[in-house]
Amino acid sequence: MEILSRVHARKLVEWAKDKPDVIVLSADLTGSTEIDLFREAYPDRFFSMGMAEQNMMSFAGGLAREGFYPFIHTFAVFIYRRAYDQIADSIAYPNLPARLFGFLPGVTTPGGATHQAIEDIAVMRALPNMTVVEVGDATEVETLLDAIQPVKGPVYVRMLRGEIPRLFNASEPLRLGHARTLSIGSDIALFSSGICTEEAMRATRVLRERDVSIQHLHVSTHKPFDDPAILDAAARAGYGVITMENHTLLGGLGTAVAEVMAEAGLGKRLVRIGLKDTFIHGASRPYLMREYDLDALALVRQVERLLGASLHITESDLAAVRLETAHSEAKAEAL
Amino acid sequence: MTMTHENGHWQDEVRRVAQGIRRRVLEHTIAQNGGYLSQACSSAEMLATLYVKVMRLGPSIAPKVPPPFPGVPSQHNSAAFTGAGYNGPHAPDLDRFFLSAVHYALALYAALIEVGRMAPEGLAQFNQDGSTVEMIGAEHSPGLEVTGGSLGQTLSQAGGSALARRLRGETGRNWVFMSDGEFQSGQTWEAVQALSFYRLDTVGVYVDVNGQQCDGKMTEVMNIEPLTSRLEAFGARVFQVAGHDPDALAAPTELPPDGRPLFILAYTNACAGLPLLESRRPKLHYVRFKSEDERQTFASYLAAMN
Repeated sequence: MEILSRVHARKLVEWAKDKPDVIVLSADLTGSTEIDLFREAYPDRFFSMGMAEQNMMSFAGGLAREGFYPFIHTFAVFIYRRAYDQIADSIAYPNLPARLFGFLPGVTTPGGATHQAIEDIAVMRALPNMTVVEVGDATEVETLLDAIQPVKGPVYVRMLRGEIPRLFNASEPLRLGHARTLSIGSDIALFSSGICTEEAMRATRVLRERDVSIQHLHVSTHKPFDDPAILDAAARAGYGVITMENHTLLGGLGTAVAEVMAEAGLGKRLVRIGLKDTFIHGASRPYLMREYDLDALALVRQVERLLGASLHITESDLAAVRLETAHSEAKAEAL
Repeated sequence: MTMTHENGHWQDEVRRVAQGIRRRVLEHTIAQNGGYLSQACSSAEMLATLYVKVMRLGPSIAPKVPPPFPGVPSQHNSAAFTGAGYNGPHAPDLDRFFLSAVHYALALYAALIEVGRMAPEGLAQFNQDGSTVEMIGAEHSPGLEVTGGSLGQTLSQAGGSALARRLRGETGRNWVFMSDGEFQSGQTWEAVQALSFYRLDTVGVYVDVNGQQCDGKMTEVMNIEPLTSRLEAFGARVFQVAGHDPDALAAPTELPPDGRPLFILAYTNACAGLPLLESRRPKLHYVRFKSEDERQTFASYLAAMN
């Protein structure tokens, strides 16, 4: 599988070339949020706002009212925890086209509880007018900017940086409000988001070999959450539904799926994989994913629970999986 | 724009408008048995000087009688509007006005009426269900263009507008009306820091330093003084003026901008023009009459004002 580096850094420069109204705001994390190349390319459109996020959010509101597109970049925690009031009143209430790029979701940073965004989707999803998107691979980072540009209101993006795998074919861009179908099956409906999708793909490969049939959808749009493919997949699942997210179980993907199922009167079992209403601490990503049951093995164990049978899958079975870039199954299905 | 009143000097017009603000707000407070009365007393000359002398505004482009609330802004509501039109059209060379201390909304509505930008009957909608003439104004309220009710956010928003306008080559100035209580908030200082850093000297801030806040005297709630030297240390250009003197209020705006954001600290008396209010100290934030007798006393005073 292809691994790409600094995808957003390069993409933003290329994409913003013919968009003079796009302005980047930084809160002292320019290199860490991959906007250093933008700063070099377009110094007149780059504004360092310092470590002062409240002011930055309201400033962005002012810029957006005058017709600019402020692209705010910082760690996710500093967006929604530090400046929520400002996001609500200066950006979300007036439905202004600010873009909030929040980096270091959940276990992707060893920076500890102060740096790990574990409830950002819950918080931003609750805010009226806010669109909430999360990227899961390099293709989504590359194609995200075009996908959200038509949105007239604010968009919160749960972002990835650094070395990112290409899970999805480069010719299949992120589409707002459309989940990607990664495998077709009828035993279990599996919905994963963000970095959990790679873990889920690892597990579904092995599960398929054990004759477990899984309908796997990767979800990148958390709000609006109205893709009919979600309910369709859940309705077809023989044994039940599983959600998998690098986020607290309260208010994220698992909650959104539960809401959709309950409102449709779909009486099926739902197992939510995610952080069980707990803060986490500073450690490596693989360690945290194992420690907090967010990895491929955690998914296998939950599948076994739903099936009521042991599949005799070990950690080494999962580690042996070599993932290839996936074509969307939805496309084949449409044919 | 310098407006010379037909029958005298602009200072006389400021005094007339200021007296009108006090009279309308007092009248309203008596009728409703409550209101943000002290804010009108302390800010009357400031708002009047801004509208009569300081701000370069075009004529109002908004309906004289404020239209009903159009619903909150959203992708499904194309009818949402702001109250900016009462301050004239947005144009590159014209000024903008941002009311930060939105608890002063009643005083602002009264000012808009006195300078002919809103119909007097508009005030009858104040705090009525379905009206835009809200008690704590928001962006849809007459004369407002941002939502600052949480306090401490408007200066940053105005800074964003000022930066955007500079990027577009616009020359109009951006006036912000703040209360002194907002200088207890960290965001205000973040904003001053950024305005100084980016040399946004098109931003001019009037601060009503009346020393009062919700809990009472600011020196007992949380002191902000010495405000002048604090702001200067943050890189602002600061003038401390007598807040009920039109000449003193207007003079700093005549100076050519010098790269620093301009702060005019208007030291005011929250009972100015209404000595009866002194009896209510130290709690002046929101005046609700304690008895029918007290209300009658204020009503008699109002009758004498007319």
